[in-house]
This record gives sequence, C-alpha cells and structure tokens, in this order.
Amino acid sequence: MTPPKSDLPQGTLDLLMLKVIALGPVHGYAIAQRLEQVSRGVVQVPEGSLYPALHRLENRGLLAADWKETERGREAKFYRLTRKGLKQLETETADWQRLIDAIGLILGMADGGAQ
Amino acid sequence: MNWWKRLWRRTQMEAQLEKELSFHLEQHMSQLVARGRAPDEARREARLSLGGPELVKEKCRDARGTRWLEDLLQDTRYALRTFRQNPGFTLVALLILSFGIGATTVMFAVINSVLLRPLSYPEPDRLVTLRLFTEQIGELWGFSNLDFGDVKRESQTLALAAWTYGGGTISEPGEPEYVNGRQISAELFSTLGISPVQGRAFLPDEDRPGAAPLAIISYGLWQRDFGGGPSTIGRSLVYDGKPYTVVGIAPAGFQLDGESDLFTPLEPRRNTDPRMQNRRARFLRVMGRLRPGFGLAEGRAELALIARHLAEEYPKSNTGLSMIAYPLQKELVGDVGSTLWLLLCAVGLVLLIACVNIASLLLARAVSRERELAMRVALGAGRSRLARQCLTESAILGLGGGVLGVVLAFVSIHPFVAFWPGSLPRAEEVHLDWRVLVFAVGASFLSGLLFGLAPALRVPVRGVEQTLRAGARSIAGSSRRWHSAFVISEIAFAVVLLVSAGMLGHTLLALSSLDPGFNVHDVIAARFALSPATLGNPEQVREAWQDVLDRARRVPGVDSVTLADIIPMREGENSLPYWTTATPPPPNHQPVALASCVSPDYLKVMGIPLRQGRFFNEHDRIGSEPVVVIDENLAQHAFGTKDAVGKRIWIPAMSPSPVLIVGIVGHVRHWGLAGDDQSRVHDQMYYPFAQVPSPLLHFFSSIMSIAARTTIPPLKVVQPLGQQLRGAAGDQVLYEIRTMEQLVSASLARQRFLLLLFGIFAGLALLLACIGIYGVLAYLTGQRVPEFGVRIALGASARDVMRLVLRQSLGMIFAGVGVGILAALAAGRLLMHTVDGMRPTEPSTFAIMIPLLVAAALFASFLPARRASRIDPMSALRQE
Repeated sequence: MTPPKSDLPQGTLDLLMLKVIALGPVHGYAIAQRLEQVSRGVVQVPEGSLYPALHRLENRGLLAADWKETERGREAKFYRLTRKGLKQLETETADWQRLIDAIGLILGMADGGAQ
Repeated sequence: MNWWKRLWRRTQMEAQLEKELSFHLEQHMSQLVARGRAPDEARREARLSLGGPELVKEKCRDARGTRWLEDLLQDTRYALRTFRQNPGFTLVALLILSFGIGATTVMFAVINSVLLRPLSYPEPDRLVTLRLFTEQIGELWGFSNLDFGDVKRESQTLALAAWTYGGGTISEPGEPEYVNGRQISAELFSTLGISPVQGRAFLPDEDRPGAAPLAIISYGLWQRDFGGGPSTIGRSLVYDGKPYTVVGIAPAGFQLDGESDLFTPLEPRRNTDPRMQNRRARFLRVMGRLRPGFGLAEGRAELALIARHLAEEYPKSNTGLSMIAYPLQKELVGDVGSTLWLLLCAVGLVLLIACVNIASLLLARAVSRERELAMRVALGAGRSRLARQCLTESAILGLGGGVLGVVLAFVSIHPFVAFWPGSLPRAEEVHLDWRVLVFAVGASFLSGLLFGLAPALRVPVRGVEQTLRAGARSIAGSSRRWHSAFVISEIAFAVVLLVSAGMLGHTLLALSSLDPGFNVHDVIAARFALSPATLGNPEQVREAWQDVLDRARRVPGVDSVTLADIIPMREGENSLPYWTTATPPPPNHQPVALASCVSPDYLKVMGIPLRQGRFFNEHDRIGSEPVVVIDENLAQHAFGTKDAVGKRIWIPAMSPSPVLIVGIVGHVRHWGLAGDDQSRVHDQMYYPFAQVPSPLLHFFSSIMSIAARTTIPPLKVVQPLGQQLRGAAGDQVLYEIRTMEQLVSASLARQRFLLLLFGIFAGLALLLACIGIYGVLAYLTGQRVPEFGVRIALGASARDVMRLVLRQSLGMIFAGVGVGILAALAAGRLLMHTVDGMRPTEPSTFAIMIPLLVAAALFASFLPARRASRIDPMSALRQE
C-alpha cells in the first residue's frame, strides 16, 4: 500500500532540492528519487516542474552543473551547489525551522489556552 | 553563464535540454522495467509522469530568462523572411526611407555643427561679442578705438579684446600675394583661450605705439609660403612694403570672422591712422570673456553704466549710444539659423510623408494577413506578442532605412555644405558625430514606430471567429478610415510644401524683376590697394590713383573706370549722420545716410540715372568747394522735395561747414534686391574722392575698390587689367573680383537656395503623395471587387463604378487640401518671418499649386478606378 501523498507548500520544492543537492553532485532523476525515498513516499515531486525549477536555480547562480558519466557509463547532467546556493540553503533552512517551531507552538496549545 | 552566452549557445543548450530529459525518461523506464513492467508500458508511464516533454522544455526555456531576446530574434528572422518574399515593397520602402532619413540627417548635422555645438574655445559660453546700438541706425558692429580703451579699462566683469580688418600684399617670401589680415589687440588670443601652435601670441607691450612690427601667420600661410618649416619663427616677411618678424603660427582653422592669413598688432598704426583718435570712427570689433564669478546679465548692466558715463563725458560722439553684449556663438552664426530650421522642417515633412506612405503599405499587408493573425490569436498568441512582432518588423525596416540614410548623409554632407550660398559659418566644423548618429537612429526608430503603429494596433482581439469565418470577404471599416487618414495627411503635407515653394518662387520672381537702381550688365568691381612704395605725400597718392585710372582706361574693352570705397550689394558700408539746419539736432535724432566716396565716372560706370544737376568732375578737388550728390530718398527726406540742387547740408564727418548739393541721382538698392527695403538706412549720398582730406588719404587708399564698365564680357578684362595695374614694384593686385551681375545674383542667393530645395522637396512630396494615393486606392478597390461585381451584375455601368471610386478619392483629396491650405497659411507666415523680401501668401499661388496637386492626385486614382470599372462580374462573384 502506498502512503497518502501531500502537496508541497509553495516554494518548498526549491529548498528541498537544494538540500538534496547539498549532499553531493546529483542528476535530476536521482533528485526526484531521493526526495521520494527520504520522505518515505510522502513527498512526490511533480516531475514536470522539476527541470524548470532546476534550470531556474542554475540561472540564479545557486546551482552549477557538469556533464559527467554515471556508474553505468551514461552521460548525465550533475547538479552541485554553489557557494551562493549553500548560503541560500542555510538561510532558508533557518527560516523554515523558525516557521515550523512557531506553527508547532500554536498547534501545541492546550485547549482553552487561548482566551 | 551570462545571458548573452546563454543566447549565443542556444542550440547547444537545446541539445543539452533534450539529452537531460531523455536521460530522465530512460532512467525512469529502466526502473519500471526492473520492477517488471513491459517496456512499452514503462515508456508510456515514464512519459506520462514527466508530463509531456515539449511542455517541460518550454517551461525550461522560460526559466532561462532570455525569452524576450529569443522572441526578438524569432521576429527578426520572420520579418527578414517577409521582406525577402516582397523584394519590391522592401526596396521601395527602403529607398523612400533612406532618402528621408538621409536628408533629415544632413540638415541636423549642419544644425548640430553650426548652431548646437559650442565653439571650440575653452569655456565658450563665457565668450561674448560687444555691439553698439543707436536709435537711428540700429546696431553698429564697430567700436571706436578710444571707446574700446575706456571700456576695457573700466570693466570689472569683462576681459576685452578687439580686432579690425587689415589686409595687404605680402611681397616676400614668394610671389606678391594679397592676403586678408586682421589687426588684433595683444590680448585677443588669451581672451579666446587659445595659443599658437608654434611660437607665441603678442605680449601686452607689443601693441603699444613704437613697438617692433611683429606678425602671427595663419596655419595655411605657414604651409603655403614657408613650407610648414619649423624654423619659421623669427623669420621676416614683407607686408605692405614693411618687414615684419613672425613670432607665432595660429592653430589650423582659426578664424575670427572670415578667413585671414595674417595677424598684426593693432597699435603700431596709431601714429599714422587718424581713426585711432576719433571717437566717431567705429571700426573695431570687440569681443570679451566674462571674468570668473560674473554672468552675462552683470556684464550687460555694467556695460550700460559705462556707456552712460561715456555719453555724459563725450556728448558729441556718444549721445544715444548704448552697448550690448551677446553670446559670441550667436554672433558668429548670424542669421543662418532660421534658414537651417526652415529646411529641417521641410525635410521633416518629406520624411513624414514617406512614413505615411510606408504605413499605408504595411497596413494594407496587415489587413490581408488578418486571417493569419486571427488564426494565431485563436491558437493562443497574445495580442501584445503579435503587436510586438508587427513593430519589430517596422523597426527593422526603419533601421535599415536609417543605415542607408546615414550612408547617404555621409556622402552628401560636404557637397551640401559647399553648395550653401555664400559661406556657411563654421562650415569647416560640419561633420557627422555621435550626436548626429543618435539623431539618425532616433529618427529611424521613430519612423519605424510611426508607420508600424497602425498595423500593430490592428491586431485582432475580439471577433476572431467572425474574421475566421468571414474568410476572404472581410472588409475592415476601421482600416478604410485609417487609409483615408493617411491619404488626407499626405495631401495636406504636400500642399504645405507646394505652397511654400510657390511662395518662394513668386517672391524670387518679384525680387528679380525689381530695379536695382543701376545697370548691372557689363560692370566689374574689385578691391585694389596701391603699392606701399607710392604712399608718400598726399600729392603723390592722388597722382598714383589718377595714374591707376588712366592706365585702366587704356585697357582694351574698358569703357569707363571709377574708384569707390563701397560697391552696391557687396559687404561694407559707411553711414554718416547729416542735417539740414545750422544747429545740429540732438545726437540721437540725427538722420544718417550711406556715404560713398567715388571718382567722377562712377555714375557712368554704374549706370545710375542722374535726376537733376550734375555729377562730379575734375574741378571738384581738394581746395575747391566741398560738394555732394544725394539720392532721391535723401532729397525727399531732408527737403520734402526732389528739387534740392543748390541747397546745403551739414555732414560733420566730411567738413565743418555746410556742403553744397550739386546733383540728385536715383536710389540704388545697396543692401541687395531683397534686403534694401528692410534696411534702416535708406538715404544715400556721394562725395568726391578728390576732396578726401589729406590726413585721411592713406586710410582711404587702403579701402578703395576699382570698378569698370566694359564693352566686352567683363570677366575678359580681368587679366589685362591686372597686368596693367601691377605697378612698378609688381605688388599691386586686384582681389575680390566680382561682376555686378554676380553681386546682384548673390544678394538673392538665400532665396534662390531655399526655392531650389523647397522645389525639390515639394516635387518629392507630390510624387510620394501620388504613389500613396495610388497604393491606397488600388488596395481599397481591390477589397471591393466583389461589391463592384454585384453592382455590375445588377446593372451598374463601367462609368458608375468609376465614378464611385473617384468620388471616394476626391473626398480624401479635398479633405487633405482643406487641411493643407490652413497649414500652408501658417507655414507662409513662418516663411515671411524668416526670409527677407518674402511676399505674403497670394491667392494666385494657391490657384496654381492646388489644381496641380488635385490633377496629379486624380491621375493617381484614375488607374485603380479604371481597373475597377473593367471587373468581370462573373469572376468577381466567383471569388466569394
């Protein structure tokens, strides 16, 4: 049985991709795979938006790309993080963390806590 | 990667995108196969989950951020392809445009160099020129030496310098040659802020009386007479019989007011030139530079104050005299500004007509492409995207025309400047610079925008399905409105140009038929200076001049010879105040008259009619009673009658006692055929050269001209006359040789020049307008073929159809003529304002020009009308 799937909140796909790519050079297909695996199938990447998003990030200078051979000897476009991308990842992660904490606080309120 | 790199490597990027996506699909597929799917099914599923490779690709391209440029490139390619498909249209459009833009660019380049670009001196906006002003004469260009000295000493706001005309014969080194020269005050170069290319300028002491004779020579003279050698400084040259030491060489192209080859200090002549001590002898041109911290307004206020002080101190000479400062640039440029702007307007009109023409051609094409455009809108193209494509197309056309236009301008600008009547001020500075190029590019784009706008605005938005369903039957009402507007404006512009040209032609005819007041045929005049060697005592000078006259008279073909200080319609004048009662009127109410100093045969040479009394004879000489001859105008003004022989008038500049009037002669249009009526000095008088006081004789000897009436074509006597008059030392030369016919014709040169150009422009406008009318009507009748077919099928005759078409065109023509007449009246006022002697717009001009235009326009509409009348109803209806 497949677990229920969630839609990604607006703007989070970029952050997640940056995180995956930060782990080491990776090609587009593997990014989608990894996101799905790590989230245990909860996050399903809309493949149609994956490549435009990658190209946009590359365009903004957050990513760089090289053509390299995969283990099976095929040429693929491997993306890696630039220094600017790393910085972006850090700030966005921190922002995200703060938001989650805040939402957690609000949701964790005891009933009747709000007068 | 930079955006331009991304753009540049577009194909490579496309290939990479393709490869990346196919890698993705393969990976996905192989994984699905590994999980046990059949390969076909796996491929299908992989493609489905990616969501259509073409769409993804399109999104990725958007993400690249170079979309607009790619669109631009695509539109450009599309436009170029369309142009290639219609080489005829493209060629005609480019030709029309390149001419329009080329001509406009030339005019702008001249305006830019002459009027807009600052003078090539440091801080040119602080340079001013000084003028005198009196109520009676108006502006005077000259200051007296004493006034100049006073103003220079007292002014806190202005550093002043002065110059005056010089000129004489350089007899060494090289062949004797007359050169134009200027006597300058020592500080002239430093005031202008320039320094000689070699040597030095004059030092402050070097224009004092008694200083050694020094000279600065022009760059041209240095090259010509000294071979451009470096050791020229310190060498000497013989100028007017005296040795001068060369101390400096002026920068190339340096000129004050007209070319001059020799600059000498002003003051050494102080001892010999009586004008130097005379406050009424106003012969110095004065310019100045505002001192730091002062503006033009402060300079003017101070000058007014100084002038008032001088008038109080020297009431005899300076009453009513005020001093004004103008920016120097305005002074140097003079009144060519109005001519230039006028021409730019005319050329601009031609360019506008050209644009309208191309607009109507483009619009016709846009309308016939309506279905294609509607189809594209239906397929999802945005309106702005389509409008952008239309504009790209016209912008490319405009730019193409612009490039050709600039090439045309580059080729034709120097011939145009050379063609300018008289000499165009700052002509040597005229060239195409970045500002001109910016103008040309701007004009091209603006033209492109102008003629691309109408088609672009027609991109369909609503009613797409009707358009698609209507098929070939679509007749666009709004397009017909546009087209009539085009034709109407073209005709209106053409009317303006035609009427202006007509006015100029009419004026020129009227002016040419004016009586100049003398017989212009078979007379030659030239400036002439005696050899310095003969300039001994006054008696010798008088004898030398008599000898010149005698020798000249002996030249074969010469009928009579005279001396004169000023020649009608040539530059140079001498206005003297006079009055008719023993007590002089207050200085600023003294009338003035143009005074010519002549020898007895002057009347005969010039062919001026003698009205009463006599002209001078050999008995009017120094020592005998001073006499004058006046013209009809002066007699009328001074005595209220033409019968003034035997009366006396006071001319203080000539004699302290009243002078006897011995004769009355006809008025001469001294200021040119066109300019004489506008001039402030209408009265004229003549006095005998033989009665010039001895102290002034040397000065007069330097300004006299010689004029001869000939029995053969006048230019044929130039050679023998020059030979005969060379003098013992061979250093007397004739210069500025002109026939009177040339001078008369030159006095109308501006009008003739304008007429020629306006005539060309008007002809072009007419031609373009006719092409426009033809094109529009051909198109409109083409659209109505089915309609005409029905009409003919229902019984309309060929004449009926023709009338229908012609009525449509007549409506447009008359609307255009109506608008054009109003605009032409306004343009006529502008012309009267800017051109001397311009006659007001006359009905006859309209009566000639409007029928001409209407006839041409009707002819242009006749061809489409005839074609419409010959439509075969069957085939026309089958088109439906």
